[in-house]
Amino acid sequence: MKWTRRDLLIGLGGLPILGAVWWAGAANTVGSRRKRSEILEQLNITPSLPPAVPGIGGEPVRIGIIGFGIRGEQLCRALGFATEDWKEQMRLAAQEDPNNHAFEDFMGQEKLNVKLVGICDVFDVRAENFIDSFSTPENPIKRYTTYKDMIGSGDVDAVVIATPDHWHAPISIEALNHNVHVYVEKPMTHTVGETYLLRDAAKNSKAVLAVGHQHRQTLSFSTAKDIVEKGTLGHVSLIQTNTNRNDDNGAWNYDIHEKASPETIDWEQFLGSAPKVPFNKNHFFRWRKWWAYGSGLSGDLLTHDYDRLNCVLHMGIPSSVSASGGIYTHNDGRNVPDVIQVNMEFPDYSTGSSQAKGKEKGMTFCYSATLGNGFNRPTILMGHDATMELGNKLTIWPDGASTRYAEMIEAGKMNPGVPIYQYNPAANVPDAISSATSQYFADKGLMWTYIDGVRVDSTFLHMREWLSVIKNGGKVSCGINEGFEEAISAHMAGLSWKLGRKIEWDPNTEMLKPIEGIDFDEVLLANGTWDVKPEMVG
Amino acid sequence: MDQNQNKLKVSVTLLRILIGWHFLFEGVVKLYNPEWTSFGYLATAQGPFKWFFTMLVGDATIGWVDTLNIIALMVVGITFTLGIFEKVGAFVGMGLLALYFFAHPPFPGLTQLNVEGSYWFVNKNLIELVACLVIYQLPTGQYFGLEYLRKNKLTKMQEQ
Repeated sequence: MKWTRRDLLIGLGGLPILGAVWWAGAANTVGSRRKRSEILEQLNITPSLPPAVPGIGGEPVRIGIIGFGIRGEQLCRALGFATEDWKEQMRLAAQEDPNNHAFEDFMGQEKLNVKLVGICDVFDVRAENFIDSFSTPENPIKRYTTYKDMIGSGDVDAVVIATPDHWHAPISIEALNHNVHVYVEKPMTHTVGETYLLRDAAKNSKAVLAVGHQHRQTLSFSTAKDIVEKGTLGHVSLIQTNTNRNDDNGAWNYDIHEKASPETIDWEQFLGSAPKVPFNKNHFFRWRKWWAYGSGLSGDLLTHDYDRLNCVLHMGIPSSVSASGGIYTHNDGRNVPDVIQVNMEFPDYSTGSSQAKGKEKGMTFCYSATLGNGFNRPTILMGHDATMELGNKLTIWPDGASTRYAEMIEAGKMNPGVPIYQYNPAANVPDAISSATSQYFADKGLMWTYIDGVRVDSTFLHMREWLSVIKNGGKVSCGINEGFEEAISAHMAGLSWKLGRKIEWDPNTEMLKPIEGIDFDEVLLANGTWDVKPEMVG
Repeated sequence: MDQNQNKLKVSVTLLRILIGWHFLFEGVVKLYNPEWTSFGYLATAQGPFKWFFTMLVGDATIGWVDTLNIIALMVVGITFTLGIFEKVGAFVGMGLLALYFFAHPPFPGLTQLNVEGSYWFVNKNLIELVACLVIYQLPTGQYFGLEYLRKNKLTKMQEQ
């Protein structure tokens, strides 16, 4: 037989098309992968591995819970104890939305070697709920009327403190003085004075104190630390962090329990050092809205952002803080601001420089918050060489005028509009997040981290680390020094807002620079008018 | 031969080659990128068959799903560009496109993810699916493609 040229043209005409398309696809893919790996090689970023902690062996740690409200329940779940109510709710939620893994995650959580032995809550309903949920004939749980009874009983090795802010330090100090280990929620203290007292107590105690900044366990933050230390961003001169929430829960207008009454709530004990106002359910359940019990945006939410960055950058206490804002979106009797801008100055701080020595130094940390808008503004670290968005995901864009990347940008290997690095451990995990407030915390990397693609509650990791240090010694990632820096910085922001002036820190004396005629702690508690009058808090 | 018949053959051949080109490129790009996975596409599936696509994203299945997807894309791409066994290619192509269509159907009330146009029940996946149906019914490999050689030359060789 004979194949004519026509036969070949008709029969094999598709071959060159196939070859061309194949070549183009392969060259394109391989080329862009090579370009990427060249960039990655230059950046040399090492994603962090999960923290390995020695096991919690021996006798179970006997834990007393002080405060079983919203956060107290969450902390108990991190310890492995969930109420039946919650389990039922999550079972229903999972039926409604198969992507809701809260129940499954909880059931799959590693069991910690702990025993709940006591509860202290001034609201009967919560204390009874705790006992009903966790007390068993083999392991009966005792209710203590006061935290002093619990700490002095000798029956608890450790306490978890999830009370309003004004109780954090007094309870922590009492526990530390009795060598009872402490896990305390943030902010660590309610006043400047308490911060020093608690630091002394922690230093003199044999017990381990951990402050509840669970995000220190988030892998993206330890990866971010590596990124900054390697000079990837160059000199960071500005950090922008934000809070944007626009719902009742986010504005601390929590539900008021129907059974709340002077008979079911030990009001005197709740008040503690706070001004003696008559029984008020609003104050009890929504205490975050008043300086007498809470610390507003600066203590409640700024602390998260500050500590998130402090664990990445170790910038410490700012040399000065100025804040402004007001009650602009929830004029409902609260006296803490719901819109605030805080500028923290770190004039001597540097993340390293790619330019002439001495040209770059100093950084501003800018926190901008509103409870009247839910638009997501990410946390951004702005360096001379690159910009990093920090959350559970990390994204880095090179800067068009970067010194370090000038050659690569010139050669077209980098483009200021295209990220040079992305870290997204959650890329393969579909999430369902139930509320706007949870979404807010999740985006910031405050709720969970991802280990080998599996979602893990960061509070669980944080508590596990604390328990491990109790048993094996070592250092917790958010101890008294980190807590001290967090608390002082937050108080400086609160003071600045109240006084409408700059608050300065003296690193040599480790004190706030005094302002004549002003007692800082009176200002903090009494919202700018230094006489503590009951009407100030109502 | 009828003039119109000829025009139709040329048009369908062109259609076949372009669809083949499209599938082949998609397949090759995925083949050469070991990091590629259909996970995100499947995990965000919507509509009445969401349960089915969500089922595919398990640890045990996703690797197979990815491999089969690449193989299917390449089968369509190769058969269509070379013009041989196009009926098999068209059949595989229709199946694949039906899956893509139902994973993210352009039905009212569903959020359209990563789409560049506006669609209501009909989108480009569906149109390409019907185009594959045309290829299935009007194979053109014997006019332009390996099928021509197989049909004409090999059979003739046997006859000789």
